[in-house]
Amino acid sequence: MSLSLRRKMIPWWFAAPGLVWLIVFFAVPIFNQISVSLMSGDPEVGFELTWSFSTYADAVRDYHTQFLRSIGYAGLATIIDLIIAFPLAYFIAYKAGRFKGLLLLLVILPFFVSQVMRTASWQLILNDQGWAVARMQDLGIVSDGGQFLATGKAVVFGIAYNFLPFMVLPLYATLDRIDRRLIEAASDLYCSRFTAFRKVTLPLAVPGIFAGSLLVFIPACGDYINSSILGSSNTTMIGNVIQSKFLNVLDYPSAAALSFILMGVILLGIALYGRVLGTKNLTELAG
Amino acid sequence: MSTEALPQKPTDPVTPHVPGVDDSATPRSPRGDTGRGRNLALGLWTALALTFLLAPILFMIVFSFNDNQGRFNFEWQGFTLKHWGDPFQNPDLAKALQNSLSIAVLTTIAATMLGTLLAIALVRHRFRGRTSADFFVFLPMASPEVVMGASLLAMFLVLGIGTGYVTILLAHIMFSISYVVVTVKSRLEGMDPHIEEAARDLGANEVTTFFRVTLPMIAPGVAAAAVLAFALSIDDYVITSFNAGQTQTFPLFIFGATRQGVPPQVNVLSTMLLVLVLLLMLGNVLLQRRLAKRDRISQAG
Repeated sequence: MSLSLRRKMIPWWFAAPGLVWLIVFFAVPIFNQISVSLMSGDPEVGFELTWSFSTYADAVRDYHTQFLRSIGYAGLATIIDLIIAFPLAYFIAYKAGRFKGLLLLLVILPFFVSQVMRTASWQLILNDQGWAVARMQDLGIVSDGGQFLATGKAVVFGIAYNFLPFMVLPLYATLDRIDRRLIEAASDLYCSRFTAFRKVTLPLAVPGIFAGSLLVFIPACGDYINSSILGSSNTTMIGNVIQSKFLNVLDYPSAAALSFILMGVILLGIALYGRVLGTKNLTELAG
Repeated sequence: MSTEALPQKPTDPVTPHVPGVDDSATPRSPRGDTGRGRNLALGLWTALALTFLLAPILFMIVFSFNDNQGRFNFEWQGFTLKHWGDPFQNPDLAKALQNSLSIAVLTTIAATMLGTLLAIALVRHRFRGRTSADFFVFLPMASPEVVMGASLLAMFLVLGIGTGYVTILLAHIMFSISYVVVTVKSRLEGMDPHIEEAARDLGANEVTTFFRVTLPMIAPGVAAAAVLAFALSIDDYVITSFNAGQTQTFPLFIFGATRQGVPPQVNVLSTMLLVLVLLLMLGNVLLQRRLAKRDRISQAG
């Protein structure tokens, strides 16, 4: 082998092991899932590829409620997280001074406790006889004698909680990157603080808002931990359906079709995002 | 990426900006708007949001000391250390934690190696298909876990591979690689490629350059990526639940326990894990500081 060819192969030697792993355990399963979704049969006899596209139509017909609920819950949680996270990220980026690092650590601290454990803790904190629900009854958020757990509110609450750091981090990164002199220039030019915020800071923070929204919305759409632990059978999300079809009902084709429709909805979101800001931005912000 | 390098130009020529001191309370706009109330509101909001983020963790730690009667551990019934004295009382829980820890360690080693090499290829080399490879690596982070977990299970079923410890490990390495790549990449992108070129010009071959120059320089990024991979693996529920078969992991055990009441030993072990990961992170930060100091000394000398 000539020297120049060997040099050309070097990046591939570095990239190959990781790429092969991702191809075998990420790309191949996803493509395999396409063929599974077009199979028909039952767990007793086995499944066969029959190109039955009707599985998709049936999945949409039978589970559009759960789809809409997932998108609704995820959308609500994304909005709540944006409202909670923006002032928080703003404070850390501009006002925290030398406590910046500490506050960022506190924001990511929840990641070091299992998501299931944190959700289980909320389940106990929000129990029907507990202090938290009594206060919510006082405030009228929960009707007297009513419960908070096992409602849609509790599930949205749990999702908003679990994915909040994913909103804070990209927002912080974008806000922190803004050249302060631009904001100062705006006030030098007799902008009020609010106008400077609205016309300078906010537009420059848009990439962070988009990235954070996607990082919350995508996993929230497929989430089923919150619905399982904090919700009830009236709050079933599409993730619950996919999981139970795969693990309990063993109806693989329709579970595969459902996960593809979910993936499609999400890829559509990413494509729209790429249209607005370019995919390079997205990969950068995700890091 | 970083804005720290930007010079902070003081707007007010009389009071110069002191680095590290927050001078936002001094009037900046010619209208003389102090905004102190606004800062207070912002600070209050921050405190509330952080309380919200940390509340269940605090609850978890406090109730690991609760002398609970009955199945559900949510009413404070008195302080006890008995759960801390015997955290492995339940053999299923002990086994689940043992599985989680060994899977996390193996995942960390494999994903950090594969991901670091991949990141180096993506940043340091221009090759055909690099942009597509870049995007492909990003995809697992953008896919819902339930889809990845279900797809993997479907593939194992088609191939007739039984699910269990090994399939969990394969899955964890898969979803950790992308995060390692992103973390190491950001470290590499901030590094001067000329240093590696200089090593090669001085006669070092690719392997020597990698081990003697590239790897030591990106070490802090690699260490951070390793901590991240460990945390991701030990925490994962969704993908694991699809590919676990009869094998229990720590998150799977907790999920199952939420129906009958989570035993306080789970609080104890979760708190221990939290402390372990925090110590790993602290170790990484201290290591980075030491390395930075060493660099400064060698540069000065």
